[in-house]
Amino acid sequence: MKQEAFPLIFERGGKGRRAFKLPSLDVPEVEAREKERYSAYFRTEAPLLPEVSEPELIRHYTGLSNRNFGVDTGFYPLGSCTMKYNPKINEKIARLPGLTDLHPYQPEETVQGALKLMYELKTMLAEITGMDDFTLQPAAGSHGEFTGLLIIRAALEAEGKKRRKVIAPDSAHGTNPASVSMAGFEAVSIPSDERGRVDLRALKDALDDDTAALMLTNPNTLGLFESDIVEIVEAVHAVGAYVYYDGANLNAIMGKSRPGDMGFDVVHLNVHKTFSTPHGGGGPGAGPVGVKAHLTPYLPLPRIEREGAEKGEARYTLIYNAPKSIGRVRGFAFSFGVLVRAYSYIRALGGKGLKQVSEDAVLNANYLLSRLKEAYDLPYPGPVKHEFVLSGSRQKAHGVRTLDIAKRLMDFGFHPPTIYFPLIVEEALMIEPTETETKETLDAFAEALLTIAREAATTPEVVKGAPQSTPVGRLDEALAARKPVVVYRPDKERS
Amino acid sequence: MTHPYLPLTDADRQAMFEALGISDISQLFADIPDDVRLKRDLHLPEGLSEAELLKTLQAFAQKNRSTESLIHFLGAGAYDHIIPAVVDAVIARSEFYTAYTPYQPELSQGGLQAMFEFQTMIASLTGMDAATSSHYDAHTALAEATLLSLRESKRKKIALSPALHPESRSVVRAYTAGWDVDMVHVPLRGGMIDLDALEATLKGGDISALLIQYPNFFGLIEPLDKIATLTQGYGSHLIVMSNPLSLALFQSPGAYGADIVCGDMQPLGIPLNFGGPYAGYFTVKERWLRKVPGRIVGETRDERGRRGYVLTLQTREQHIRREKATSNITSNQALMALASAVAMSAFGPEGLREMAEQNFHKAHYTLAAIEAQTPYRRVYDGLFFNEFLLGLDRPAVDVEQMGLKVGLLPGLPLSRLFPKTEAPEELADQWERLLLIAVTEKRTRVEIDALVAFLKQVANGEHESQIKPQIELEINDEGWRALKNDEAHGTSKQSDEEGQKA
Repeated sequence: MKQEAFPLIFERGGKGRRAFKLPSLDVPEVEAREKERYSAYFRTEAPLLPEVSEPELIRHYTGLSNRNFGVDTGFYPLGSCTMKYNPKINEKIARLPGLTDLHPYQPEETVQGALKLMYELKTMLAEITGMDDFTLQPAAGSHGEFTGLLIIRAALEAEGKKRRKVIAPDSAHGTNPASVSMAGFEAVSIPSDERGRVDLRALKDALDDDTAALMLTNPNTLGLFESDIVEIVEAVHAVGAYVYYDGANLNAIMGKSRPGDMGFDVVHLNVHKTFSTPHGGGGPGAGPVGVKAHLTPYLPLPRIEREGAEKGEARYTLIYNAPKSIGRVRGFAFSFGVLVRAYSYIRALGGKGLKQVSEDAVLNANYLLSRLKEAYDLPYPGPVKHEFVLSGSRQKAHGVRTLDIAKRLMDFGFHPPTIYFPLIVEEALMIEPTETETKETLDAFAEALLTIAREAATTPEVVKGAPQSTPVGRLDEALAARKPVVVYRPDKERS
Repeated sequence: MTHPYLPLTDADRQAMFEALGISDISQLFADIPDDVRLKRDLHLPEGLSEAELLKTLQAFAQKNRSTESLIHFLGAGAYDHIIPAVVDAVIARSEFYTAYTPYQPELSQGGLQAMFEFQTMIASLTGMDAATSSHYDAHTALAEATLLSLRESKRKKIALSPALHPESRSVVRAYTAGWDVDMVHVPLRGGMIDLDALEATLKGGDISALLIQYPNFFGLIEPLDKIATLTQGYGSHLIVMSNPLSLALFQSPGAYGADIVCGDMQPLGIPLNFGGPYAGYFTVKERWLRKVPGRIVGETRDERGRRGYVLTLQTREQHIRREKATSNITSNQALMALASAVAMSAFGPEGLREMAEQNFHKAHYTLAAIEAQTPYRRVYDGLFFNEFLLGLDRPAVDVEQMGLKVGLLPGLPLSRLFPKTEAPEELADQWERLLLIAVTEKRTRVEIDALVAFLKQVANGEHESQIKPQIELEINDEGWRALKNDEAHGTSKQSDEEGQKA
């Protein structure tokens, strides 16, 4: 990555340049008299859009891409995000004209292949998770959480129960309580115990007849399997509440254990994590939601079903009507282009392959942890599953914060892990290597972190002055928030 | 086992077991209680090689009829537009698509800057001050806009136009399920919101926001100036969902004073994708910048004073504010917003305006030809952009089926979207016979004329078997033919020389 000033696209090009040519208009223009009716409604001021030629456009965006770090650039161990390799064949498949050039409102007989693909995907997801049915509608993980909570809300209402509380451990993803509020519930946080797991006593104290649900990630955000899961689920069900599975960490247990078998009623998955669909610089993802049979009436619309299979004439159809459904949580049916990639990934691995994925993800995490636990504090001991959380508290004693360690890792060519999460670990470094990394990469990353630990003790200014190798140095986030500049204005430059 | 995606060999695994002091992998899973351990293989098909996988997926693709193999006039929120080749060339760069949310700005300046540029473009197009970096789609953006209004107004009622996309209405209903909110449907007059009825609704002073689509679901240009004055006059918010392409031609909602403008970037650079992924946009006036849901990129400086970009105003967000966040959204549609930014950069202000104008001219040409050559008429006579509602004399789904046999989809039968019971009152009588027709710049005159000829045959009651078969799409080789003719007559060179002399 080169260090040089990089212009905005608005600062490139020149008046009248463009990177686009339309076919010439082959119909007569609207007559002047008719057009006159519209005159009061036409736009008078041109929007601020770039004026660049095609070569300039490509140099601009290629330049930007060179100032961006992806999984294909290097190791990207962002905890809880499962930054695994994205297979290239899936990109090719998702671009097949028979899959991309489909209008969502085409008659069903013209999209039988697409519908069959989605039907098979939901069937495979149900098998992987041990659930009875799936909706593929949610556009992201937190969107799945929201959908799942709406399903629980609808089910409780149907049972005549008015309940307000949704419980989640203090180690939960921030999306859990945020989704709870959006769905009109009250978020209740319970502490983790000294093992970093759900504190059973605290849970039982919190459970009552105002409890709608418990949201749980398993393995949790510390990378630890909730070994009391059977007892936890029983306790929640005993008060007539539902148990929700946040599937962010499913990559740890495929083919090993299934949320459905653990007793979860609702599950969401993140296909951009577990099933290798690209993270896209922040999206698009997809967050399918699985339910047990007793909750299928509440699934959102449209639903995809198969008819006539017994007669050997399977036909796939979208169901738009179901009286108990929570309705729609997005436009059209699903993020098809994302889900096609997830389908391809599952078919490429098969059942044995997915199990190997989880085994290697867990092995990589434990191996990396073993190389680091002498130099960094490990507040909650393993063995872990797919990720682990270290604390930078020892380094903090030298005046080096976890933020500094993260920035210093960039100088070694690595993307930093997730930091300052989960909140229950001081100066947290949350590391998820995934199964697609080699032992050599893990060793190199471990060496870098060991070096940084030594630097923290001997030359802390080196760590605190990082990064030195990136296009810009540490950015002033306080300035950005104090006087927000969120759009470019040619007449206004930040001073 | 070995697999191309899994680099560890058995030797690697063995070495790692030794380092961990274990003899096999099961020891790392020993904390999973026996009762919840899966003791069989997953019932999934065997893993496939790359070649087998491609073949399998190609077979699925071949069972579909793509829009490129049909002549179609489908729209209703998803539009078939030209996408410049540069769009895919950029979003296929893996530095963009294999990155995640830019939590570490020093390593993500490219993506952050692209988002900042996107925010600038869409805010300018909508006439607003600020934009987020994306939402899931138009419908969820509208629902989140509704929640923002409810939080700010503390009121408990939402007014909506029945000319709002039916799926938007449904999504807003689902999103507000836990909010104890009433939805008030303001009646239509002539396909647009009835201003008298709107005023009567607003008068109570308890409406949080009016949700309106522009151009609306039936393609009509609502009089936003009057609507804004009325709505805001009663202290309600005006939330407009808008097709961004139309805004290159029509006055922006921001210019009329809208409080929030949202919508879908799909028409600008995003393939139809069978309904997704698309990208919702969300733009506001300055005063709500700190209240909006979703990620925002802001400009700042590094310690040496160099310009750079970061995710900003993060204290609104779930990872910091948890249950008090303005939304639960994290992952958004960054790559699709990038696609749109690239498309908008390619079009430029003039190209985008021309594209919008072509949509306008072609849709008006189509309507004029249908009305001149068939008995079918447009249901409403209001001003429109690239979409209009046509009244037929028989069920629209039957006409669709007839068209399909000859490779032509004449538009969307509204009865396929929702039942008559949910139809706007003024359309209920003819609900089954309504066809929503969208005409983009991609539809050629030949295709439009084929649609008109088809509708004429339908109206004449010609038997299905007589309907003209699908036209062969011609290769555009007129220029080439002209050149060859010139060569044959030996005129080409001559005229060149003459040109030089002149």
